[in-house]
Amino acid sequence: MNFTKTILTTASAALISGAAFAGSHMSMEMTIVSWGGAYSNSQLKAYHEPYSANTGVTILNDDSSSTAVAQLRAMNEAKNITWDVVDVEAAPAMQLCDEGLAMEIDPDTMLAPAPDGTPASEDFGDMLVSECFIPQIVYSTTFGYRTDLVGDTAPSSVCDVFNTAAYPGKRSLFSVPINTMEWALLCDGVAKADIYDTLETEAGQDRALAKLDTIKDDVIWVSSGSDTPQLLADGEVIMGATYNGRLFSLIEEQKQPVAMIWDGQVMDLDGWIIPAGLSAERQARALDYIMFATDTQRLADQAKYISYGPARASSAPLVGKHADLGIDMAPHMPTAPENLSRAFLMNYDFWADYRDDLDAKFQAWLAK
Amino acid sequence: MVSNSTDKILLSADGVPLKKSLNRSLRQQKIRALLLISPLLIFIIVAFIMPIISMLSRSVENDLVSQTLPETVQALQSWDALSGQLPEEAVYAAFAIDIKNAAKAKVHTKVGLRLNYEKSGIASLFKKTARKAKKWDIETDGPFKEKLIDVHDGWSSIEVWQTIKTHSPAYTSGYFLNAVDMRKTVQGAEFQPDDKTILIKLFKRTFVMSLVITFSCILLGYPVAWLLANLPMRQANFLMILVLLPFWTSLLVRTSAWKVMLQQQGVINDVLVQLSLVADDARLIMINNETGTIVAMTHILLPFMILPMYSVMQTIPPSYLRAAKSLGATNWTAFWRVYFPQSVPGIGAGSILVFILAIGYYITPEIVGGTKGVFISNRIAYHILKSLNWGLAAALGTILLVAVLVLYWTYDKIVGIDNVKLGG
Repeated sequence: MNFTKTILTTASAALISGAAFAGSHMSMEMTIVSWGGAYSNSQLKAYHEPYSANTGVTILNDDSSSTAVAQLRAMNEAKNITWDVVDVEAAPAMQLCDEGLAMEIDPDTMLAPAPDGTPASEDFGDMLVSECFIPQIVYSTTFGYRTDLVGDTAPSSVCDVFNTAAYPGKRSLFSVPINTMEWALLCDGVAKADIYDTLETEAGQDRALAKLDTIKDDVIWVSSGSDTPQLLADGEVIMGATYNGRLFSLIEEQKQPVAMIWDGQVMDLDGWIIPAGLSAERQARALDYIMFATDTQRLADQAKYISYGPARASSAPLVGKHADLGIDMAPHMPTAPENLSRAFLMNYDFWADYRDDLDAKFQAWLAK
Repeated sequence: MVSNSTDKILLSADGVPLKKSLNRSLRQQKIRALLLISPLLIFIIVAFIMPIISMLSRSVENDLVSQTLPETVQALQSWDALSGQLPEEAVYAAFAIDIKNAAKAKVHTKVGLRLNYEKSGIASLFKKTARKAKKWDIETDGPFKEKLIDVHDGWSSIEVWQTIKTHSPAYTSGYFLNAVDMRKTVQGAEFQPDDKTILIKLFKRTFVMSLVITFSCILLGYPVAWLLANLPMRQANFLMILVLLPFWTSLLVRTSAWKVMLQQQGVINDVLVQLSLVADDARLIMINNETGTIVAMTHILLPFMILPMYSVMQTIPPSYLRAAKSLGATNWTAFWRVYFPQSVPGIGAGSILVFILAIGYYITPEIVGGTKGVFISNRIAYHILKSLNWGLAAALGTILLVAVLVLYWTYDKIVGIDNVKLGG
């Protein structure tokens, strides 16, 4: 009897202390969701590999960021969150935060300060567009063109896309109204400051579609960021819209005869969110990862692999040369001063309201 | 031994009426059979049928509005939506209570997004109002009508209140109406404005193109199946391997390969230009339109047509053809009047398979269809993944399912499902 009692008490003591130990532990495996391609590769090199080397954590990569909101909603309904950290753009992050699907972050306690002591909330500044969003990079959607197929004068303005007389040939645009309609209005003579007010009205929307009608037969409509670089490389289009990092990869890494049109670029933020409802260990691990992956040096490191601007002010001076090619990355950033002519910042509020309506109109127009 | 009596009832050996004991043993057989398949049945019901029903039922569910804004929905019942006047203060007060609670529970954006599908602008309306309403004190801060209109002038728009009222019932026909290019308004069902009607066009296009794909699969697949069924064994086996080989390649890879072939600067156009059949500046446009979709999907769905046809053709005795020819028929007559009718069941099986697969296809039209060759499934994918309008996606899916079932029933009436054979 005594012996049994001793065994039972020792066993239960061991279990309880084991549980307490596990509770303060962080999980040793995490799933990080991102976009795939060159972008994921830059995150792998700059964040995942150093972090795994330091802590021994296994990082599983999932390339589902393009459907992140839908999947997080479904996971929330099924009460089974399988993701630990998710890379999303600013607008989906705001949506997820408003719906309570993303965890709120306190920048000053959960993000690393700058090396000179500036707290994270000041270092990120205006980039902190939402309480749940941890900004990572500034990227932009802009145009690239084939230098050998556009004739003698290189295009320098976004309105050259609409100029089929001077630049005959096919173009490629994303098959969504976002950015496409703004460019159409800009090149139809609307002042940059009035574009969103014009787009709110029926007349403005029709005006944008009418302008797009002038080039509709010459446009190949694409749905993903990797389509335009392929079309440019094949010579199927002479000008095409895609993300600036993909164009950098096409021009500098794959040495294709392509150049960029920075005029009229639309800048957007991309960053991390941590899903709400994670267990304590997974949340602790996710926060630990975020603290590492968004500090000043790490964000500058990512710029060594892809031409997206780091979101922290303190990282900008640390942006150096490309890891493999050795070229200076600063002029290739969307935020470089020489690239900011007529640059737009994505208008999240407008598209949150009007995206569905305008998409229905846009798709109906496309199908005609 | 069955005891024969002069009575009309037959009895079995243990004295029980034969009919009863027969029924009992038949029932036992059925129960035994049911028990044997019950694991599979339960699995199919739980893992397949229940989730599908749960998803499809979203096409009529609309309890989001009445659950998130219960007081407002209640108060709006006494408001006449067609009166041309804004609701009373009581409605605004009820809404203030609701939006404050919703803001605390972080459910206000979901309902704002849901109503935004019906009227643009409501999403940001709810967002801005909730931000302010979080700090209100319901007891002391009234009256709320001016307060709400102060926060955002959308609250002085009758259409906003009409939208909330129209879409407050727990079950709604709104999604199904949207799925056929109509919408639910206070006055009842109305057609969408012309510049937004796309779904009916897509439905038609999906069905027409699927029919075209089915027919081209029949045309291209029949000779291959014939060869497979009539060549000597060794050559037939080799051909069969060639037919099945594409299944080893990923679907995306096959579709992307068509991109390389069909592009304006692609392989086919390059060859045609080299052979001087096509001028260099007038290259054929075979991709990012219907042609691209039809070609790529025919290629992908061809094995599904060939295999059923082949397995039926294998069972046709070659002696019939020989007999027809020996009776004086020409090659064509012998084929058309003797061989072909016997192979129809195989064509039927292949056609059903290919048609149903083609209707639901998403990836291939997305990649090679451009904007003229996309199917309704691309729209369903958009509503599930991007706009998160799961009600509309479920309604579109339900319509597609019902249409396929109706077509299947029609096919049964015309051709007869018993005439569909998969061989043997």
